[in-house]
Amino acid sequence: MRRSDLGEFEEVVLLTVAALSPGAYSVAIAEELEQETGRPVSTGAVHAALQRLEQKGYLRSEMGEATAERGGRRKRFFTVTALGGRVLNEVHDVRTRLWDRIVPTIRLEWR
Amino acid sequence: MRPPKLADRLLAWFCAPHLREDVLGDLHERFSLRTAREGVRNARRRYWRDVLAYVRPEFIRRQKQTEIPLFPYTETYSKPANTTMIRNYLKIAWRTLLKHKGYSFINIFGLATGMAVAMLIGLWLYDELSYNKSFANYDRVVQAMQHQTSNGKTGTQIAIPVPLEDELRNKYGSSFKHMAMATWQGSRILTYGDKKITRPGNFMGADMPEILSLPMIKGSRDGLKDNNSVLLSASTAKSLFGETNPMGKIIRLDNKSDVKVTGIYKDFPHNSDFRELTFIAPWKLYVSTQTWVKKAYDERQWGNNSFQLYAQLADNVQLEAVNARIKNVKLDNVDPEDRKYKAEIFMYPMSRWHLYNDWEEGVNTGGYIQYVRLFAIVGIFVLLLACINFMNLSTARSEKRAKEVGIRKAVGSVRSQLISQFFSESFLIVGIAFVGAVNLVLLFLPWFNEVAGKEMDFPWTKALFWLLSLGFIIITGLLAGSYPALYLSSFQPVKVLKGTFRVGRFAAVPRKVLVVVQFTVSVTLIIGTVIVYRQIQHSKNRPLGYNNDGVVMIQMMSQEFYGKYDLLKTQLLNAGLITDMAESSSPLTQVWSNNGGFSWPGKKPGVDGEFNTIWVTHDFGKTIGWQFKEGRDFSRQFSTDTSAMVINEAAVKFMGLTGSPVGKVVTWGSSQYRIVGVIKDMLMESPYTPVYQTVYMMNYENVNWMILKLNPAKSPTESLAGIESTFKKLIPSAPFDYKFADDEFGKKFTSEERIGKLAGGFAVLAILISCLGLFGLSSFVAEQRTKEIGVRKVLGASVLNLWGLLSRDFILLVLVAFTIATPVAWYFLDDWLLQYEYRTDLSWWIFVLSGLGALLLTLLTVSFQSIKAALINPVKSLKSE
Repeated sequence: MRRSDLGEFEEVVLLTVAALSPGAYSVAIAEELEQETGRPVSTGAVHAALQRLEQKGYLRSEMGEATAERGGRRKRFFTVTALGGRVLNEVHDVRTRLWDRIVPTIRLEWR
Repeated sequence: MRPPKLADRLLAWFCAPHLREDVLGDLHERFSLRTAREGVRNARRRYWRDVLAYVRPEFIRRQKQTEIPLFPYTETYSKPANTTMIRNYLKIAWRTLLKHKGYSFINIFGLATGMAVAMLIGLWLYDELSYNKSFANYDRVVQAMQHQTSNGKTGTQIAIPVPLEDELRNKYGSSFKHMAMATWQGSRILTYGDKKITRPGNFMGADMPEILSLPMIKGSRDGLKDNNSVLLSASTAKSLFGETNPMGKIIRLDNKSDVKVTGIYKDFPHNSDFRELTFIAPWKLYVSTQTWVKKAYDERQWGNNSFQLYAQLADNVQLEAVNARIKNVKLDNVDPEDRKYKAEIFMYPMSRWHLYNDWEEGVNTGGYIQYVRLFAIVGIFVLLLACINFMNLSTARSEKRAKEVGIRKAVGSVRSQLISQFFSESFLIVGIAFVGAVNLVLLFLPWFNEVAGKEMDFPWTKALFWLLSLGFIIITGLLAGSYPALYLSSFQPVKVLKGTFRVGRFAAVPRKVLVVVQFTVSVTLIIGTVIVYRQIQHSKNRPLGYNNDGVVMIQMMSQEFYGKYDLLKTQLLNAGLITDMAESSSPLTQVWSNNGGFSWPGKKPGVDGEFNTIWVTHDFGKTIGWQFKEGRDFSRQFSTDTSAMVINEAAVKFMGLTGSPVGKVVTWGSSQYRIVGVIKDMLMESPYTPVYQTVYMMNYENVNWMILKLNPAKSPTESLAGIESTFKKLIPSAPFDYKFADDEFGKKFTSEERIGKLAGGFAVLAILISCLGLFGLSSFVAEQRTKEIGVRKVLGASVLNLWGLLSRDFILLVLVAFTIATPVAWYFLDDWLLQYEYRTDLSWWIFVLSGLGALLLTLLTVSFQSIKAALINPVKSLKSE
């Protein structure tokens, strides 16, 4: 497993792409993240993460249609590749396993 | 609602082109989302933050061009910046320059020289035209002058009688704001403690500081109101007092009057008529110390024209109106017998003092302005020559570039692009030449200042200079570039590339005309320079009538000089320092007094008995070696010689004496003088005018100058050192200041020599520029005809034949130029020489010689190229085909 490949923000972005698929592009992702986290997320940060993920082969992109509010510019849509899906699964598995092990005690203490 | 433009531009600048569409699209979409949600202001603020979030290496780094994209224009086409093409033009221009180093050098160097000459002349003109302009009241300051008619001739002078001031103040006071009398500027002794210096200065009325708007460093302009005060210039104060504060100190003037320093003024600028006015003493002090001036006041002597009057017009009056009013102010007051002089007083404005000071029969005939005009013309012509060169060479060269034009057109260049290419090329060259010219000016300005007698600086800060330069660059660039730009760009590429393109027969005609113009100007300048030099030589060789070798003159500046004549003479003679010594009322190179009222037997009724009058001592003649035509010198053997008179030849002619003049009696006032001798005319005034009628009389009191003949057996420095120590002993209070008579005489030629030197320099430059151009042209022609020469050689033409063939055209042009230049030069020089009464003639051989000189130069220039071309082995020149 190549865990070190995936930063925390990258992981969230990758997840969002999977969640928004097939309509995932940087603005939508940034808006989504802003809503979910309640903190401002710039398209620049998202775009950079998307680029990195694409380089690593977890995402694939293609140009979509142009819209008026983009000034006639086209969107770049992202979809998760098979490799990306596998990595997401792995990450998810690792986390659930860990969560399962610690859940009862911690939950009590949090109360 | 649009997102902030500036932010977009910033982004477009730093963001890599291949990401721009994506990034901008995202930003804009988000902006519109936010606008809908939070309003424009917030959206805009956030927009900036979002843009800045893209400042990351991955967005800035440009995409590497590893492979050429299949459809480059759809994906990564970027508009070229509009400077790209100009950069290319300049690159091509630069390469053309480097490829033809010889032509480029001739082109740029010639143009730079021309521009440098024009700049220097421009500086000179500016300096002359801004003369006196430093005075705040420049356009209101005037000087009183008068016309007077005597013996049928009207003369004009600045010397006016003393009552004029009172009369003007009382009767026409409303026309003037200030008025100040003045005497003549001269060197005087200033003493402070042990320090003695001689400085030029003047006695002037109390209003003078106001008239001159004197820039005071210390004290005020009221400084002259007190009788015993003095205003010093900063430099005088410095040399007299050093660093100590001069204000309130008492200095002694001419070892006679004690005056208090009441003000220090800034030295006058070099280009002003008062630049040598290094101190101003009160006019009233002068009046009170000079009995003859006092007398002139007391008796209201309207006939004694020995003073100057400056004034500042009242603010609301016109000069013409004032002059009309005061015209007869003197005539109405003079003695009845002096009314025949028809004195006419007028005020002459400061703006005309320097440049318009020649008068003939009461009419202004210009003056220095002639030289200003002359040099303006020369400057324009030299510049024109350089431009012609530039145009000729660039047009000649450009025909070689027809192929380049053809290819450029074939690959899609449109005409306007070619036009801008050729223009940018010529602007590049003119630009380089301008930089060169500025450097040349900086290099030669000190030298030029020395020759021209000026103190000019490079006008770094003058907007006018830069504007003119810019204008010139643009005009030259456009002119020189217009032919290739407009003509070459019109070629049909097919014709040019196929090789059927031929320049028309008449394409070279304008070039020939320009060469003729160039050489006309050059030949005219050569002739002009020769004539100016000959005129100077002619006047220098004029017989002096006396011997000024080793003659030293010392002005008797204070009372202590007087009464020591015999003592000084014996001591100096005994020491073997001098061979003779005398005293005189005038220096040898000037005449200080002119008097009327002489009469003699046989004087015609209408004639005014007016003479230059010079008083001398017994040994004057021996000291300077004047030459007698008749009679004898003054002699101690005749006690009656105190009332004897020596006259010059001009006087004999003027008096119209019949028979021998010797023994005739001349009456002047109540005195009678017997003529004992007639001398050959002595040249004491201008070397360009005839010698004026002069009488020499004996007097030991009315003298101002000591004249010493140095002992030729000793070196002048040795003698002068000895004389100085003797003077220091006998006249301790005065500084020892002497002048060599021949130096003083030489100074009379300063202005003409200056003109000669400048004209000579410019003529040489003009010729240089013309020859440079010719050199370039001839090498171009030789190059063009290489094949023809090769064929001719193969067919048996000799080198001499070919040389003649190549040189003939140019020789013809120079001959045409000479034919035009001769009458032009004759016309102008004849006019110039007319202003000198004693002048050289315009001999035909000067013209012929100048023409031959120009021809020879042309031959030399052209031959270098033509012989080179004629010597080429025809195998080489024909091999290429």
